[in-house]
Amino acid sequence: MHWRKTCGVVFAILAGICANGARAQGSYGIGRPATAAEIAGWNIDVGHDGSNLPKGSGSVGHGREVYAQQCASCHGDKGEGGVGDRLAGGQGTIGTAKPVRTVGSYWPYAPTLFDYIRRAMPQNAPQSLSDDDVYAVSAYILNLNGLVGADATLDAKSLAAIRMPNRDKFVGDARPDVKK
Amino acid sequence: MSTHPDDNPVTTTRRRLLAAGSAAIGGAVLAAGASAAAETDNLPPNIPEWMKAPGEPMGSQPYGAPSPFEKGVVKNISKTLKQYISASGRTPLQELDGIITPNGLFYERHHGGVPTIDPAQHRLMLHGLVDRPLIFTMDDLRRFPSQSRIHFLECSGNPGYSKPYGKTASDLVGLVSCAEWTGVSLKLVLQEAGLKPEAKWVVAEGADAAALTRSIPIEKCLEDAMLVYSQNGERLRPQQGYPLRLLLPGFEGNMSVKWLRRLHVAAEPVYSREETSKYTDLLPDGTAREFSFYMEAKSIITRPSGGQRLSAAGFHEITGIAWSGHGKIVRVDVSVDDGKSWQEARLQEPVLTRALTRFRLPWHWDGKPTVIQSRAIDETGYVQPTLAELLAVRGENYFYHNNAIWPWRIAHDGEVTNALA
Repeated sequence: MHWRKTCGVVFAILAGICANGARAQGSYGIGRPATAAEIAGWNIDVGHDGSNLPKGSGSVGHGREVYAQQCASCHGDKGEGGVGDRLAGGQGTIGTAKPVRTVGSYWPYAPTLFDYIRRAMPQNAPQSLSDDDVYAVSAYILNLNGLVGADATLDAKSLAAIRMPNRDKFVGDARPDVKK
Repeated sequence: MSTHPDDNPVTTTRRRLLAAGSAAIGGAVLAAGASAAAETDNLPPNIPEWMKAPGEPMGSQPYGAPSPFEKGVVKNISKTLKQYISASGRTPLQELDGIITPNGLFYERHHGGVPTIDPAQHRLMLHGLVDRPLIFTMDDLRRFPSQSRIHFLECSGNPGYSKPYGKTASDLVGLVSCAEWTGVSLKLVLQEAGLKPEAKWVVAEGADAAALTRSIPIEKCLEDAMLVYSQNGERLRPQQGYPLRLLLPGFEGNMSVKWLRRLHVAAEPVYSREETSKYTDLLPDGTAREFSFYMEAKSIITRPSGGQRLSAAGFHEITGIAWSGHGKIVRVDVSVDDGKSWQEARLQEPVLTRALTRFRLPWHWDGKPTVIQSRAIDETGYVQPTLAELLAVRGENYFYHNNAIWPWRIAHDGEVTNALA
């Protein structure tokens, strides 16, 4: 992943700061300091607001190509599902007796899509796609759901700006909800 | 398993016994074995063959395996799964006694297969809103003061709310198991790094192909969460997260991240795919509960239970397991008359917090068809509800956290079946 290498160089300068005093301050003095470069290499968490999304971008058009090669065999040519989850459609069904839960109908945050594809997909070779390819596939799946146009190109800022249709439908845990 | 070579004089009889034994196990019949054994010469007044020749020598099983007659007691794995690298296998609850699940039968749930991890290369990174980001080797983690505690672990989808529900106790709620876990308090390790005041959540990540992430409230991390490296005395099995997993007692199993490699201390949850698109609870009005972590009080009768058969009218012990993510089980009621009346079952010691609790009730079956069921009450006063009560509030699409009472129907011939199927 290019972005990780870049971040590694940038943050390597800061590494020494973290290294100082960790052993002295911990109660047991067990473990060694994690350098900023090490953290940047492993910390692929993308916040729901798009925080920590990498540089790069990808178009719906390119995403269609990557999807056809990497995703369609499990998720269907148009995200209709198969061995893998259905990815597209289902809007308007969530409050019905037959809800169809997809990226477009159910997922509250678009950056989560990037996070999940990058860390876990394709299932037979996770973390093998470039960041540009992940942006592109994300764009294509969002396009299949009618959430971005066919000519769209997504990057960190534009992906985070997408408002997912089901975002406001999540509530807290009200249990115990059956009381005697 | 080790067997005698073909020229051994006992082989023929032994094979016949093996066949009879495995056939009986398949149905977990309470009257098992009697008719099969009667066909041999091993019963009184004759001396059994296994006393007339030495048995297996020391060293024939350097690890050990169950008796060949128990080979039907295995994980309950569906043969029709869409895929097997993101799937689950269930504990055969109705075949087990006590409260501890043997490691080989502990339920499994994976999202990207079972990784083979060299513990010498495994690292746990702890970073984010801490004073000192740290990296630990497995040796480092084993240097911390250790603790062992007995807790259940349960998948939140155990079972769903819509038919088909399954035939056996394992089909229904086999995604629960219980073990003695050994490791280090997560609180201790977080203190080693020093939490910043803004630290409210910890995002845990696995080193599997799913790089699975879940966000955990800091309160739970500081209460009773553990970094676990051993289970029932031995190192974790690969299926259970070897060499390191998280354990969050009482929380849905998915959050006890296996193959744990990273803890990211944060101000907010990360809203990962697991905690948005998957482990959320869809209500009939289209809203969905998020961050619903606790497994509520639950119980099930495991003997007699679906797939078994009472051999005769007369005395039988009813037994089963109860558990609650909110603490200890204080009472289990059992009904043997289809819910018309309830009797308090005896709880087997030890009764531990967030652990399986074994209950027992002596019972004289009069030979007439009936329905038996159990309901658990935990120390918060919560009473295990019926499926109808749950469905009335949650509907069929809720999917997770089904802790319904499960009744078993007993027919005039002793056959036990799922009364709600």
